[in-house]
This record gives sequence, C-alpha cells and structure tokens, in this order.
Amino acid sequence: MTKKQSIDHFLESDGLDSEREKIIGQHIGYRYDVNLVPDMDKITPFLKKYIEFMGWKDLNWLEDIHMGYEEGRAAVFDRNINGWVTVPESMKLPDNQQDRDMIARELLIKFQMSPNHPLVDLRKAYEKFN
Amino acid sequence: MAGLSKSDSSHKSHDMGMHDEQLTGRTQQMYFSPSEDENFEHAYAYDVDFSKATEFDCADLSTTDINIKIRNLMKEGYGTINIINPMGKHALGVGILNRLNLTFEGSLGYFACGLIDGPNVHINGRVGWSCAENMLAGTVIIEKNAGSLFGAAIRGGDLVCKGRAGARVGIDQKGGTIIVGGDVGAFTGFMMQRGRMIILGDARENLGDSMYDGTIYLAGKAKSLGVDAVEAELTELDIRYLKGKLALYGMEAPNGIENITKISSGKQLWNYDNLEPTEKKLVL
Repeated sequence: MTKKQSIDHFLESDGLDSEREKIIGQHIGYRYDVNLVPDMDKITPFLKKYIEFMGWKDLNWLEDIHMGYEEGRAAVFDRNINGWVTVPESMKLPDNQQDRDMIARELLIKFQMSPNHPLVDLRKAYEKFN
Repeated sequence: MAGLSKSDSSHKSHDMGMHDEQLTGRTQQMYFSPSEDENFEHAYAYDVDFSKATEFDCADLSTTDINIKIRNLMKEGYGTINIINPMGKHALGVGILNRLNLTFEGSLGYFACGLIDGPNVHINGRVGWSCAENMLAGTVIIEKNAGSLFGAAIRGGDLVCKGRAGARVGIDQKGGTIIVGGDVGAFTGFMMQRGRMIILGDARENLGDSMYDGTIYLAGKAKSLGVDAVEAELTELDIRYLKGKLALYGMEAPNGIENITKISSGKQLWNYDNLEPTEKKLVL
C-alpha cells in the first residue's frame, strides 16, 4: 500500500520522489488525484448559482476540475488556453483536497467567463462564424 | 512542410499584439481575480431565456439548415427548442457553445451533438455512432439505444444512454461521465484517460483496454477485462457519488450500488518514464 502523501506535498517539494523521476528531472503523472469524485456537501454558493443558471443539477464538467500544483504553486488547468492558471498566493488554501477542488472550480469559472480571458481576443481575431 | 506558411503580418491578430509574447513553458502567468463579478456565461455566449420556447419541424431541412436555425433561434433569445421529425439525419445539434434546452423528437444519425459546450439535450429516440464526440459540457440524454463510439473523446459533461450502446463506448475518454443503462459492446473504455463511466448492464470483451486513468463502474459482468484494467476498491464516496448521479437520471443499479464493480488502470502501461532515460543515453 502506498504511503499517504501530505496535501501540500507538491507545494513543499519538487515532486521528484522516485529514482526514475530524479533521473529525468520531471514528476511522472498528475500532481493531484484525477479520479477523485466530488463531495457535493462541499459545494460553494457561487457554484450552486452557476449550475442553476446553466440548467444542470450537479457540477457537470466541473467534476473533472481539481486544484493542481504547478511549479510549486497552486494552480488550475484551463483547457481553453491549454495551460495552468495560478491561484493568487494570498489565498489561504483549505486543509483538504475536496474544499480546494471547489475553490479551483469557482476560480476557473470566474477566469473563463471574464472578458479578459484570452479566448475572447482569440475569437475576435480568428472566428469563422458569427 | 506541407500546409505551413509564415503568418501573414497584415492579419488583425498582429495589431492585437497576439504575436509578441515569448512562450516559455507550460504555465500561463495569469492570475485569477477572485473578486471578479458574478458572470456565468462566456463573453461570446448568446443571451437566452429558458422560458422562451419554440418548436420547428425539420423534415424538409438539410443538416446545415437545421444547425443554422438552432443558432439563429439562440441569437433571438430562445432558451428552449423542440425539434420534430429529425428522421435520423446526421450531425445535428453540433457545436452549441451555449446554455440551452434542446429536444429532438425522434432518432438521430451519426455524430449527433458533437463538440457541444453547455446545452441540455434530450433525444427521444436512438442515435448512430459517435454521439456527443468531443463533448465539453452539458447533458445529453438518449432514451433508446446508441451506436458504436458513443461519447468518443468526450472531455466533460454527462452523456446518458438509457438503452444499450455499441462497441468502443467512450474511446479515448478524457473527462466527463458516460452512463449506459443497458449492455455495452467490446472495447468499451479503450484508451480511457480520465473521467467516469457507469455501465448498468454487461460489457463485452476487453473492457477498459489500455486505459491510462479514469474509472469504470460496472453493475453487470464483463466478458473480459482489457490490458491493464484492474478491479479497485469501491469507496463510500464512490457510492454516494453513484447514488446522486443515477438519481439525477432516474436510473438504478440492478443489484444495488454497493455491488457495482469499480475498474481502474493498473498503470502498468505508464512506461514513458522508462523510455526517456534510454533515449537520453542514446543521444549522449
């Protein structure tokens, strides 16, 4: 059975744990549990409003959004820009992954729906249909 | 290389400064603004109202005409659209990047509802192969059976077939939840990368073959498991999740949720870590 890692493992270390990872200088696999299903008891009021607005009854696509850790910082992967977006350092992170995931989901929605999201300019420049 | 040409510097993207940034690594140095106003729609989404409903008969319309009509109705603010007589036409309801309640009264052909990001689609009939391929978000509910490649390369959202589905359900699944009320064909979950699949019937040969990650919940029996698909422990959180998810669509596990088999990746195919040092040696 594998040893349970600290929730801050990837914030406090470079994540190079195995011999193989040390040789190649890169962590292998995800820096979070992609298979962790959401605990709906932890949902935030913002997310409740979002899913109601969309006409859904649960988190829908946000079930696959987790708080990850990139370059030693908490971050969320945005598939629309194919990159990590870092969480403000001033934000205090909860002590469990389920609460962190809900925060990640909320922040990602705020980022994606913002008029400053890179997709807005990309669309202006390259859209084929209006 | 064929098809590649230098970017045209007169294109408006140059004036917008989109070619100035030096790309260094994968992390985008952008920061969330937690105080961003509450806004639940993409900046380019149509402003629709679920209570504004309409219906049209598509018997004499082409696939393109039907899809353009859906888009135009969204532009006019319709949030609920009912389409009658789809008559098995292919590629209907594709590329909808909006919240919307869309119902098809009849069966659809292949590539139905692909590339959607947000709508709730209800299909009162059957669907052909590759239904909801590359789906990003929303819900698609099919009341009857589905063809092969159901939910191919799905990335997010809930895709539900209340009947049976063909072979290679969720091939290359990268996220989202696929639910099938009946049996599924061979190579279901082939090369699954993440996401969840809930199968309430039986599965044919090689379930979860070459899956890299993700979870398959199987209520019936599998003819055989594929390479690197292994049974895993069903947790209390899994059970709560399954109860909630199945209840949403009025579905039940025939032998109880507690008796569902959870299948995940044995990660024995994660061998790219073995190759890289060898490649480095060869180069040196």
